[in-house]
Amino acid sequence: MSALTDDTLPVTPRAMRDEMIVFAAMAVLLAIVPFTGIYPFFVMQALCFALLACAFNLLIGYGGLLSFGHAMFLGTAGYVSAHALKVWAFPPELGILVGTAAAALLGLITGYISIKRQGIYFSMITLALSQLLYFLYLQAPFTHGEDGIQGIPQGHLLGIFDLSKPLVLYYVVLVGFLAGFLLIYRTINSPFGEVLKSIRENEPRAISLGYKTDQYKLVAFILSGTLAGFAGSLKVFVAQNASLTDVHWSMSGEIVLMTLVGGLGTIFGPVVGAFVIIAMQQYLAGFGQWVTVIQGVIFVSCVLLFRRGLVGELAHFLRRSL
Amino acid sequence: MQALYAQLLVGLINGSFYALLSLGLAVIFGMLNIINFAHGALYMMGAFVAYFLLNLAGLNYWWALLVAPVVVGIFGMILERTMLQWLTGLDHLYGLLLTFGIALIVQGVFQNYFGSSGLPYAIPDQLKGGVNLGFMFLPIYRGWVVVFSLVVCLATWYLIEKTQLGAYLRAATENPTLVRAFGINVPRMITLTYGLGVGLAALAGVLSAPINQVRPLMGADLIIVVFAVVVIGGMGSIMGSIITGFALGVIEGLTKYFYPEASNTVVFVLMVLVLLVKPTGLTGRAA
Repeated sequence: MSALTDDTLPVTPRAMRDEMIVFAAMAVLLAIVPFTGIYPFFVMQALCFALLACAFNLLIGYGGLLSFGHAMFLGTAGYVSAHALKVWAFPPELGILVGTAAAALLGLITGYISIKRQGIYFSMITLALSQLLYFLYLQAPFTHGEDGIQGIPQGHLLGIFDLSKPLVLYYVVLVGFLAGFLLIYRTINSPFGEVLKSIRENEPRAISLGYKTDQYKLVAFILSGTLAGFAGSLKVFVAQNASLTDVHWSMSGEIVLMTLVGGLGTIFGPVVGAFVIIAMQQYLAGFGQWVTVIQGVIFVSCVLLFRRGLVGELAHFLRRSL
Repeated sequence: MQALYAQLLVGLINGSFYALLSLGLAVIFGMLNIINFAHGALYMMGAFVAYFLLNLAGLNYWWALLVAPVVVGIFGMILERTMLQWLTGLDHLYGLLLTFGIALIVQGVFQNYFGSSGLPYAIPDQLKGGVNLGFMFLPIYRGWVVVFSLVVCLATWYLIEKTQLGAYLRAATENPTLVRAFGINVPRMITLTYGLGVGLAALAGVLSAPINQVRPLMGADLIIVVFAVVVIGGMGSIMGSIITGFALGVIEGLTKYFYPEASNTVVFVLMVLVLLVKPTGLTGRAA
């Protein structure tokens, strides 16, 4: 049995009901953010990272696959969307679509390569593949190297919603996040999700029961990459740029950190983790490299002291699945 | 042709570092079941210890070759005793996450005090200059790095594959419980193994200081390439790590000459090819 899940609770109707209540509360809280005086840009950014972390969590938390290269989906979708919007003058919905599609294609290729090995090798391979893409983007002309793609037009979504208005953009990002979140939630609780969990717990046994585990892992990888790419495309509208930082290994590390802080394999953990880490970066921005040191300390203390993460510890305390 | 030989030499030097680092990773993985993400940061520490020794204590390069691996090795053993040992029995990925955190801390602290630019470290007097080999001009220091690394790699191979201590080590890798029953202190061997692996990284750092300058992030990108080397070679065999390390360095050097645009991606591309053709790695047992 994997150490990740020392206290998995069975999925019961009550657990489902609890989760839907928490989800509704989260949606309401996020919906009233613009009226609370909280800086909406911060929350939009956090929402993009929350979706990214949820997508990453689908792999690690439910498939037991630690990808150390998820920044490649964020960056690839970001670059493709940004290029489509700025150079090809695509409308926003098409821009998001091509960015997400590019991430899906990347997921298919990198997934096919990386699931050839298990465990720790899988992590090293995903890291190496994302570094390969980093160097490609560094040299490719359309990414503008160190400068990145800047001043991306936001445009009108479906010709109606003016994304240059912060309030409109906020709700578009929120709807995108909630849709992605629900898709992941649905996946986890589907028969497909159950097979995925069985692979995490005992892959040889899943194989012996007749499941083609490689296909399941590949589909999970593509789905995770696609949703991570969707988050990357949304982020283009928030940040209005696409740069090399989004493809760098340190970004992949941050995604891992967010999920770890919130709780690997918990439903709401990655969201909490993303808000915690983004808030920390905002407040500690003046401390320079100490932010990296603090992130390192959080990594170490999470692994040594509370492996369940914030939400995981809470769920364990309440004996609920969250 | 001069340029080709020069790039081959650069490739051999990078290959020395790949070999020394992947060797350490393999030894550590064998005993601790941990992929040491902090390996690059500890390589960087080795270079910085050499820098401090020279500038604060006035101890030259030769002292650094001796002292830096010991200092960093002890630092590593403290890490192992205080943190890594608590991961025994947990999923492999926690080791990766913990050592990644350690790497962030170490690199962040050094970046904070030394920025991101490089500090110069002079080539020792005895190794300055070069010799004309007829077909190329060989800077003595660069030749020294290749030869010395090769000797260290082979010595490590000999230690692990041919000595009594190495036999205990290999036995403990296979079955720690049984080896403990024979009265051998396996936890202490694990600590020493981590110290040895980390010391090799620090040694590579000292060797690299006069060539690549001393930078806080000098190990950060290198470790990712070394991971790719490890995926290509597999971690099952010591000799395999050494050969793969040097070979990939040479291939990278050749790429720099024939198609420079691909020089920093060639190792990753080769990794992809190897995974497609022979997923277990070149020397690999299945992981």
